[in-house]
Order: sequence, then structure tokens, then C-alpha cells
Amino acid sequence: MQVFMQHILPLLIAVVGAMIWLGINALLWVYCERKFAGHIQRRPGPFEVGPHGALQPLIDGLKLMGKQLVTPDNADNVLYWTAPIMTMIPVLLLYLPIPYGPVLTGMDVNLALLLILAFSSFNGLAVILAGWSSNNKWGVLGAARAVSQAVAYEIPLLLTVLAISFMTGTLSLVDITNLQAGYIHNWFIFKQPLAFIIFIVAMFGETNRAPFDLAEAESELTAGFHVEYSAMGFGCFFLAEYGYMVVMCSVCSVLFLGGYHGPIPGLDGWWWMVGKTFALMSFMLWVRWTYPRVRFDQLLNINWKWLLPLATANLLATALIMKL
Amino acid sequence: MAAQDSVVQKEFLTAGNHYMDPPIVNLKLAQDIFDICRAMSLWPVTFGLACCAIEMMATGMARFDLARFGAEVFRPSPRQADVMIVAGTVNKKMAPAVVRLYEQMAGPKWVIAMGNCAISGGPFKSKDNYGVIEGVDTLIPVNVYVPGCPPRPEGLLEGFFELQRQITGKRWWPVAAAVEG
Repeated sequence: MQVFMQHILPLLIAVVGAMIWLGINALLWVYCERKFAGHIQRRPGPFEVGPHGALQPLIDGLKLMGKQLVTPDNADNVLYWTAPIMTMIPVLLLYLPIPYGPVLTGMDVNLALLLILAFSSFNGLAVILAGWSSNNKWGVLGAARAVSQAVAYEIPLLLTVLAISFMTGTLSLVDITNLQAGYIHNWFIFKQPLAFIIFIVAMFGETNRAPFDLAEAESELTAGFHVEYSAMGFGCFFLAEYGYMVVMCSVCSVLFLGGYHGPIPGLDGWWWMVGKTFALMSFMLWVRWTYPRVRFDQLLNINWKWLLPLATANLLATALIMKL
Repeated sequence: MAAQDSVVQKEFLTAGNHYMDPPIVNLKLAQDIFDICRAMSLWPVTFGLACCAIEMMATGMARFDLARFGAEVFRPSPRQADVMIVAGTVNKKMAPAVVRLYEQMAGPKWVIAMGNCAISGGPFKSKDNYGVIEGVDTLIPVNVYVPGCPPRPEGLLEGFFELQRQITGKRWWPVAAAVEG
């Protein structure tokens, strides 16, 4: 009983909380995405379904649940239905080690960064499985693009995260947050500005968002890896995409923007964390509806010719300064 | 019409004949809620055949904005789409592709025939016609016909409202007043 109360119950609460948080975020950001798209293109966006279209994402979700599930001929039945589940489940786990407040931390593990980087790679695997098992040439092309993109953008992301770890000497997100307490100049964005920029760019590549959404490029590959998925199979990929975006934005605000610490001491709380995450999310949507998609060779050139050398130089410089 | 019979199989797919599993639990309230949800998020296939597609694009643009009714999500994959807007002339060469796209859509699915060509062949309906399908309803079941050459964007919006009425049994939006003169 003691063990249950002390260890298992908080974890259960954290998992349920993560599910609710994921659901809220998915609904909110689907709505925001469509509204942002509308206003950027000088039209109102969803407007009639609910007040200002607020019920639109909920209605869309229910409709997707009520649609027919299609398994294509010659598709690998087991792998085909494993892929959407495999993209959904790790998202829940990723929310656990993120510190949303001094007590609002699902699971304070000292390898939180490693855990997040490791389990977010499951998304790549799920994308490959989805594309490969649906027996569709567009799916395979999307999966092939996803592989080379995931491999490429993981490396600068890791190198920037390593630079922060070199500075702080820890992989725990709670410790990294607490090292940024106090006034705003303690935030790591001012100590590692280059790493911040590289992280932001690599974040778009990691989450398959425009301008780097090559894996599902609508104009070239119809829908890329999820071309054959109907109903909630597609819905799972959609939900997971927003889930990963929120995770990456949360990690970015913990690493560079001080997490739940405000710009001046004494105002700390979860509202800072949520505010920073949502600001970064809005930035991602803004970029998506502003820039066109890059070509695939351009995508890899940005990574291998710019991000990777810059991230390596940044890491070496950090190591040198820390040594002195 | 006789020339079309090699391409068009008459009993191919008629309304109510396409295969759908009956619901396992059939609750009136749940079905009604699902119907409203379906009517309020009609995602079209990204698919245009001729000049009517230009008007379809105009419907999605800022002035008319299909997004207000939740129908701006043009899905490039037919699996994820709910409604097929046949916007333009269906050639005999194109007919198999149209039928295949319809078959690839996951049910429940609906079809809007947009413009005179898709409804009946329009200006191409003549005794010398050798290449144009005279009415897309000879290929696939059509739910709503939007006449015009091409129809104005308001016409297509009205087609969407009519489809919503067919799905839920209720007109959801106010009817525009007729212009005098």
C-alpha cells in the first residue's frame, strides 16, 4: 500500500494528466492551425460550427471515428495497424518527464532528455512502417524521405542538446530548468543563441512540419506515408503530429527559455511554461503558413552543410569555454 | 450513349448499392450525432477536371471561404475524403479514373456533380459526341447537382448546404433572399 501511494499513484495521475493534456492540445492546435491559416490568407477560417468554429476539431474527430476503416489489398495487416498505434503511444510517455511546474512534473528522471530523444525516434519508425506496409508507391516514397530526414535532423538536434548538457552537467530537465532561475539573463537562449536557432530549425525537421514536411508533401506524394489510412488511422497520425510538436516546443522552452521560470524572480509557475510552449507552437504554425516547402536536396543541404557544422562548432566552443 | 457502354457499366455503382457494413449497435441518437458531425466536416477530394474546378478553387479562397463551414480540408488522398466534387467535363479517358477514385473513398461518401458537363454533358451533348460522358451519374451515384456553366461559388456553397440537408434532414443556414429585378 505504501509503495502504491508513493510511487504508482502519482505515476497513474501523471499518465491520465498527460492524456488529458494531449487531448486538449490536439483540439486546441487543430483549431488554431485552421484559424491561423484562415487569417493569414485573409479569410475567417472555420466560423459557423460552434461560436467562431470552436467545435470544428471536435466534430472532425467524431466524424473520423465514424468513418470506414480501409485496409488495402496486399497490405501487411499486422504492421499496417501497428503503425498508428506505435506513433500514438510514445507521445504519452514523452509528456511525463517534462516539468510544467515545480510540482507539475510527471516523472523526475535524471535521464529525461535522453528518454525524450529516444522515444521521439519511435515516430520515425512508425512512419516507415506505415509507408512500407500499406503497399503503395507514394507511401514508400514518403517513408523513404522520412527516414533520410529523421536521420539527418536528429544529429544537429542532439548536438545542440549536448551543448546544453555540457554547460549544465545534467540530463535532467528539472535541473536544467532550475539552473535558469532568477532574472531573464540566466536563460540559456542568451548563453547559447546559436544552439537555440539550430534547435528551432531542427525542430521543424524532426516533427515533419512545413517547410520540411517532405514525408507527406501533398502536392508531390498525395499524402505521403499515410496515404492509405482512412478514419482514425489517419486521425492517430494527425494527433501524434500535434503531440510531438507540443513536446518539442516544451523541450525547447525548458532548454532555452527558462521553463517555468519567469523573466524576474517571484513569478514562477506553470503559466510561464504553458505560455512559452504555446508561443513557440504559434511560431511553428506561422512559419507553416508563410513559407513554401523546400526541395528534398535543399532540405538535406540545409542540414549537412549548415546545421551540422554549426552545431559541431558550437559544441566544441562550449566544451572549450567550459574547460577554461 | 451507345458508344459509352464499353466504358460505363450501368449496374456498376448505384446509390444505395455501394457496400457498407450495417451498424452493430444502431442507436437513433448516436446516429443523429454522427450524421451532424459528418455534415459539418465534409472534406472534399483534391480533384478538378475542367473549368468548373477554377470556380471550386474560388470557393475555397478568401472571398467565399468554404472553410467557414468546415469543408476547406481538401484531402489529396481519397481515403480520407468524404465528398467528391466532380468539377468539370468527364472524358471517356477520364471515366475509369473517376470511378476508381470514388471506389477508393472510405464510406460514408457523397458526390456533388458540379456544372452542366458533369450533370448531363452540357455543351458536349450532341449526336456527334464521341468522347464525353453525358452525365457523371451514369458512372457513380450523385447526391447533389449544381447547375451552371460554370456555377458561381455561391452555387457550390448552396450545393454543400443541400448535401448537409440530405445528410441530417435539416437546412442549417439561412436562405438568401431573392434579388428583385
